[in-house]
Amino acid sequence: MPLEYVPGIPILRPYVDPDNKPFWDAVDRHEFVLQRCSNCDVFLQPPRPMCPHCLSMDSLEWVPSAGRGEVYSFVVFEADRMAYPGMKIPYVVVLVEMEEGVRLTANIIDSEPDEVYIGMPVEVTYNSPMEGLTLYQFKKRAS
Amino acid sequence: MQMLEEYRTKSYRNDLRPPVDANLVKDKTAIVGIGQTAYSRNAERDELDLACEAIKKAVDDAGLTMADIDGLEALTLDRVSMPTLIGSLGIENLRFTSEVSFGGGGACALVMHAAAAVATGAANYVVVYRALNEASGHRYGRGDGYAEYLTAAPTLHYGYYFPYGFLTPLSWAAMYTKRWMHEYGIKLEDTGWYSVVLREYAQNNPDAIFYGKPLTIEGFHESPMISAPLRLYDCCVDTDGAAAVIVTTADRAKDMPHAPVYIAAAAQSSPIETEIQTSYNRPIVAGLPETWYVGQELYRQSGLGPADIDVAQLYDPFSYGAMIQLEELGFCGPGECVDFCLGGDRIRVDGDLPLNTSGGLLSEAYIHGVNLVTEAVRQLRGTAYNQVADAETAIVTAGPGLPTSGLILRK
Repeated sequence: MPLEYVPGIPILRPYVDPDNKPFWDAVDRHEFVLQRCSNCDVFLQPPRPMCPHCLSMDSLEWVPSAGRGEVYSFVVFEADRMAYPGMKIPYVVVLVEMEEGVRLTANIIDSEPDEVYIGMPVEVTYNSPMEGLTLYQFKKRAS
Repeated sequence: MQMLEEYRTKSYRNDLRPPVDANLVKDKTAIVGIGQTAYSRNAERDELDLACEAIKKAVDDAGLTMADIDGLEALTLDRVSMPTLIGSLGIENLRFTSEVSFGGGGACALVMHAAAAVATGAANYVVVYRALNEASGHRYGRGDGYAEYLTAAPTLHYGYYFPYGFLTPLSWAAMYTKRWMHEYGIKLEDTGWYSVVLREYAQNNPDAIFYGKPLTIEGFHESPMISAPLRLYDCCVDTDGAAAVIVTTADRAKDMPHAPVYIAAAAQSSPIETEIQTSYNRPIVAGLPETWYVGQELYRQSGLGPADIDVAQLYDPFSYGAMIQLEELGFCGPGECVDFCLGGDRIRVDGDLPLNTSGGLLSEAYIHGVNLVTEAVRQLRGTAYNQVADAETAIVTAGPGLPTSGLILRK
């Protein structure tokens, strides 16, 4: 069963501030970018104004990502009390280790809960849960 | 990062983290009063009302009057208005207040900050309190309340979780627990003993929410799976209630009604890439490094080690959150905590490490960890319902998986 939403209940929006606005703006365009420190060649997630390694505030850049990774862990939402009421249960949240090394969470939108496993190859896709909101998501990919 | 390499190899780098120059808290401050309300599922009273009762009882327990109280210490997320509380208690001599962040991670820091205040002469008697209607009021642990009052995630990092229906502490914990079980090959059928033993403790504690409601290992395994691998009885119990503690200097503590419970060590910790229960960008997700750092600092300050601890009160928002702390604090090796708890004998009152002897947050009450401090005090006074024979030292921790804190207390 693909990911389904419950009509009439708004999905909570991301928190957008100057540090991560380029990320969510790219998602709106169906592009996937990650923050990197060009001094240290280290990717940073969540985005921030200063590289914690070299303390530079002007070495941070947004670089295109292929959006590929593997499931590092995941949670299946099966009980009403844990779930967000705007989403039909069961739904799955995956923690994905990207090829760049950082980890991001999202739903997996094309897989049954019992298909998901640690190490599963996935890639970024996009959906629009409601008018005016675009999210990055994950879908399965061939390894 | 050096900090996490240190954690990976479990070798605390004294050169990176030299001891503080002058520790004015260790052995120079003490807990001299404790108080609590009834713990229930529906108090039918507001949190201000509960806070007043718990504080009054703690002041009485310490043999003080409200006129002696000159400091107040609370969590930033406590819903009681401090000025209203001060007015209700009739405190006229207030000269110190402070608030600690990080929710349950601040539970022991409340005592630490109160101790720092009395040690440095900011106040003489500081009241630490926590009051919450977690069961009948806003249930922080549920996902269905947010739609009513939020339209967007409240912080930058939550923005990567809330839009995906990933917004409750238990599910955040399930994410790292699942990874931890994967890395260490933990079998679900071996789990459950932690919950069973805590429920046993609650059967001797008439104040506990689960008093009169025992749990067998079969009952544990039949309880519903809430967020795999976490079952209903892996989770703490939403509670209405309040608890309070009074901290003063060791000099003042000598002449008070109860034998002082001295603070032998107190520390906070927030290793790099620590979020509020969603620290998924640390190299190691299968562990609780903040608890390891707190433990290292507590042991160094106190001069004690795991073998010297007589009783432990480890913050248990859910079972694994406490059990993995057993590993981080050196009571067993990495990946061994489920084996450590297997059958339950090691953590029972006459075991190697009596653990959460009031029933903990799972079976006594969820007073955000302040009720673990009060239980440690009772153990060291010799007045606990499940009394550990000759208990002289206790370790207490605060919420794991976020910036956290800890204490070592002694007779």
